[in-house]
Amino acid sequence: MAETTPTSFRQRLPYSIQVEPRLQTGRGLPILSSVAALVLALFFGGILIALVGGDPFATYAHIANVAFGSLGGITDTLTKATPLILVGLACSLAFRMKLWNIGAEGQFYMGAWAASAVVLIPLLPPETSPFIFIPVMMIAGMLGGAAWGFIPGFLKARFKVNEVITTLMLNYIAVAWNLFFIFAVWSEGGFQMSPMFPRASWLPRLSDLAGPIKEFRGLTLHGGFIIAVIAAVIVWFIVNRSKWGYEIRLIGDNPKAAEYAGIPIKRNIILVMMVSGALAGLAGMSEISGTVHRLQGAISPGYGFTGIIIAWLAKLNPFAVILVSIFFGALLLAGREIQPSGIPKMIQGIVLVCLIASDYFVRYRVHITRRVEA
Amino acid sequence: MAEDKAPDNVVVMRGIVKRFPGVLANDKVDFELRRGEIHALLGENGAGKSTLMSVLAGMYHPEAGSIVVNGKPVSFSSPRDAIQAGIGMIHQHFMLVPSQTVTENILLGLDRPRFRMNLATYDKEIAELSERFHLHVDPRAKIWQLSVGEQQRVEILKMLYRGAQVLIMDEPTAVLAPLEIEELFKTLHSMINDGKSIIFISHKLNEVLEIADRVSVLRNGRGTASGVSTEGVTRADLARLMVGRNVILFVEKNPVTPGEVVLSVENVHAESDRGLPAVRGVSFTVRGGEIVGLAGVAGNGQRELADAINGLRKCTQGRVLLRGDEVSNQPIRKNIKGGMAYVPEDRTHVGTAPSLSITDNAIMKKYQQPPIGRGSTVDYKAAENFANQLKEQYDIVVPNVKTQARLLSGGNLQRVILAREMSSMPKVMIAVQPTRGLDVGAIEGVHKYLLAEREAGAGVLLISEELEELLALCDRIYVIYEGQIMGEVTDGSIENIGLMMTGTPLEQIRQQGATTHG
Repeated sequence: MAETTPTSFRQRLPYSIQVEPRLQTGRGLPILSSVAALVLALFFGGILIALVGGDPFATYAHIANVAFGSLGGITDTLTKATPLILVGLACSLAFRMKLWNIGAEGQFYMGAWAASAVVLIPLLPPETSPFIFIPVMMIAGMLGGAAWGFIPGFLKARFKVNEVITTLMLNYIAVAWNLFFIFAVWSEGGFQMSPMFPRASWLPRLSDLAGPIKEFRGLTLHGGFIIAVIAAVIVWFIVNRSKWGYEIRLIGDNPKAAEYAGIPIKRNIILVMMVSGALAGLAGMSEISGTVHRLQGAISPGYGFTGIIIAWLAKLNPFAVILVSIFFGALLLAGREIQPSGIPKMIQGIVLVCLIASDYFVRYRVHITRRVEA
Repeated sequence: MAEDKAPDNVVVMRGIVKRFPGVLANDKVDFELRRGEIHALLGENGAGKSTLMSVLAGMYHPEAGSIVVNGKPVSFSSPRDAIQAGIGMIHQHFMLVPSQTVTENILLGLDRPRFRMNLATYDKEIAELSERFHLHVDPRAKIWQLSVGEQQRVEILKMLYRGAQVLIMDEPTAVLAPLEIEELFKTLHSMINDGKSIIFISHKLNEVLEIADRVSVLRNGRGTASGVSTEGVTRADLARLMVGRNVILFVEKNPVTPGEVVLSVENVHAESDRGLPAVRGVSFTVRGGEIVGLAGVAGNGQRELADAINGLRKCTQGRVLLRGDEVSNQPIRKNIKGGMAYVPEDRTHVGTAPSLSITDNAIMKKYQQPPIGRGSTVDYKAAENFANQLKEQYDIVVPNVKTQARLLSGGNLQRVILAREMSSMPKVMIAVQPTRGLDVGAIEGVHKYLLAEREAGAGVLLISEELEELLALCDRIYVIYEGQIMGEVTDGSIENIGLMMTGTPLEQIRQQGATTHG
């Protein structure tokens, strides 16, 4: 028994890989690793494109051209980035407290639904001034998302139910809830969509200014982008400058220490889930009121899930969320030019994998050594 | 190489250099281990003991130096290589799977059983092995059911099962109760009789003198003594080798007239994490300007009592009054506002947030009040100034206050906690094992700060297992046993404390004393 030492396969390899945790990470390392992950992902994506018979360089050039090559392209990219910024912020706030909210998708749908309800019930008559209409829709959207965040927050705080499961499951309920209303309640003449919203409920667009400024004709970028940027500033301020943000960071790093410092943890779990949900709900509202102008199925090509990737890639920094969202917006927009689904989604997936891998190298140092004694 | 092949040396390490970012953890350290000896490796926190042994156990790769095991030069690139060569390390933090059995944990990572989990045969093998080395543990028990001492035995069995001839134990007694320490020492002796060799990392001087045959001392990454026989060596000698100066093991205490009662604990009951009664009707008072000790063997309800006083744990019965206000079963903030400071036993898991900066850790109990808390925001400039002020005042050795708390050594981390708690000008301070795991120099500092609190008029409750510490610092000492107070000692009678610590109430001692004298 003890005398014959058991061996394993790994021990018979001539080289061995050794991993040590880094004690101190340089300031630039996380940024460098994110960029490296991105470059690597584009490289692998290029191989993929080449494998299916495309020219990677031409494809990427095309993507860049579509997304950033013209004023129209840039504004379209920003339009696509708008909901991504908001869901990215939603995820980054929750993740900061180590609350794994993967229900931004559902919260997005509930936000969109609640904002639509203002128009479709209707809570406000169509001739209401946009200065009242839009704020009311924003509040409704945020409340819808917050309600959808409250449920898993409450269950976690009260019964210690794992939020990963509840938020994920609530996504399906939100989508089905939405479909029910599109099909049965607010259906327009049997189509699976609601009637078009009145103009007063639309977020202002650049094309609205096409009268005085000719270049803005046909541009789809809407006020939601400004809302998203303001939201990023507010989230940054909350996390980095407010007492509440300090509590969130403390709980995220060590809940026991937070409890010891007298911070009410349960209340904060519910609050953070609700604010996170509200941000995702606001994304839903902005998409409905700024782009789609009606409630319909498939208003999100998985924004809520992309938000998770964005929050990680941005290392939970709200301003980085904006930049990363623009990158993903470009990928979404131009990707559709290449292929409706497929390749762009694959590239997204590859980015995520590379990103997680790069995070490992930020935290650990790897040595590869040759064995002296076999 | 001829000298290295001396038959009695199992391990010879020469000129080991190991560098971490910004730190030279080992600077040309030599170390020799003879067959069949217990060799203590002594040193302050951060002296490089664990690093040196992690190099030997294949966890770290040294920048320079050679290792010779059984006369053959080796270069380990993983702990597997090291165990292959017969060297196994038992860490301070156990690496066990709680939901699996002892046997499953021991087999984990091995090639066998290959496919069929015929665990019964292995259970038997492991039972035999544990019999042989007096490591009593049920092979079929699940890890979560075991006490810390039993889990340590599993770790030892894991190494023995893998054929370890050299066992490195990193501060094995830090987590054990006195009885368990005795058991461990018995096991160590039986392993020596079996021809194995043991390296015993510690900074407890008396333990080292009790168990070790020879001792090596490290200071600031360099060896200050190598393989000195423990015979004829005194604690003072070792302390000098560790810190490089004479250490005063007594403290100077100025007389202070105690003020009024600041903390009163009335018939408090509390439960352990497992829901068993841990504190059973404890009552006592602490006045301003005195240090009251709570002595007792670990695990007799001290931790639960401290938590209950601080509001981190429910009082199932009774109440706690902080300067006349009831604080038991109230939000912890009420406690903090009322002037209670708490130095928790568990520094890393309760006392600090490891990935946050020193500043963030320093303002934990201050961020609500001005000047750091302003309206609903935190003024981080003021916070940083405050942290820098603490850094100066309490000799916290870090490059700057933006450093993450997890990068601090145990002594510095404890200074951060003490600085934070003391800077609130507390009326009551509860300190649980404030010097555990600290080196001699840091202990001195902690004692100084506690005495300063006393002189400032605060009431201090010092919960400790170190009797010497209690006797040196406290004005009065209560003794706790199985969640009940056995009595109070004001004359520093070690004999009475000892009797009470083992469960004899003071009245009984007095009666017996009266009968023997009368």
